Amino acid sequence: MTPDPVLVFLAMGAVTYVPRWFPLFALANRTLPRILLEWLELLPPAILSALIAPALVTAGCPKHFQLLTPEFCVAVPTFLVAWKTRSLALTVLSGMFLFWIAGMFLQ
Amino acid sequence: METALLDRSSVHDPFPRIFEDGVRAAWPICLGYLPIGLAFGVLAQKGGLSPFEIGLMSLLVFAGSSQFIAVSMMGAGAGLPAVVMTTFLVNFRHFLMSSALAVHLRGMGKGWISLFAYGVTDESFAMNLTRFQDGNWDWKRALVMNQTANAAWFGSTVLGGLGGTFLPAGAFGMDFALMAMFLCLLVFQLRGVFHAVTALLSAACAVVLALLIAGSGHIVAASLLGATLGLALKKFFSRGKGEERS
Repeated sequence: MTPDPVLVFLAMGAVTYVPRWFPLFALANRTLPRILLEWLELLPPAILSALIAPALVTAGCPKHFQLLTPEFCVAVPTFLVAWKTRSLALTVLSGMFLFWIAGMFLQ
Repeated sequence: METALLDRSSVHDPFPRIFEDGVRAAWPICLGYLPIGLAFGVLAQKGGLSPFEIGLMSLLVFAGSSQFIAVSMMGAGAGLPAVVMTTFLVNFRHFLMSSALAVHLRGMGKGWISLFAYGVTDESFAMNLTRFQDGNWDWKRALVMNQTANAAWFGSTVLGGLGGTFLPAGAFGMDFALMAMFLCLLVFQLRGVFHAVTALLSAACAVVLALLIAGSGHIVAASLLGATLGLALKKFFSRGKGEERS
């Protein structure tokens, strides 16, 4: 028996929304302990590298370690552009351009 | 668009200005969503979903990777509990993102907070947080930016469901737009030695855990580990320098 897609989407929406909502609802407009603020300050770099790193140096299914993926090779100069220019626009556009070029070479 | 940041903006600005700032800030996200959204739409349509259902799913869930996973699970005959449980686990990382965003939402009413929560994604989190830290950002602009990204996601997924990709595979390196955006926002986050140490620790944990566990639990686990280890090191070394704080 296949479930009604609309029902599945409603349930998916609910379990996605609540974890997005709860910390905002509980923590916004509140004075938080200093130690928690310091931890929350370090959380964004931790989240961003946790999102980025596996996408760059793992490949395949099941995943295996692979250092020289096209993503990694393009990420290095892209990172340097971000570091040097501090410009989101330049970084995104040069990253796209480099990845486009890399794709042509690999075909 | 960077010049818009030079003059002070405030939450009391007229709505057209707030709207414009919010929409402008969303462009890298929209650009990155386009190829993913189209690809998702095509996949979902092949999996038997109508464009209406695809749009409804994007509106209700608004979380790219979990939508891909859910469609393939449903295609393989998975039942509702399995799909919903997987979705919960895959999207639980937003719990951490909302926690980090919460400190910046000063003076925002509970109703608006509940609407804002709907738009918290990896991309909007990273972009909004950076903007909040820059100082020229507020919850109204953040809300507009979230909903602009949402519209781009909704639109591109429906378009994909209606009639194919419209884009040759790999066109203009668009598949790399979000990765480049994340890399740049990470650079903006490296605001001190302990931020950098935290990022490195988290990256290492994430890679190891990604290889060990299937799914996306590694993102949550590595973020928690990285931030906690980073803070422990920061405390340890600031104590060593004699900067005692009670």
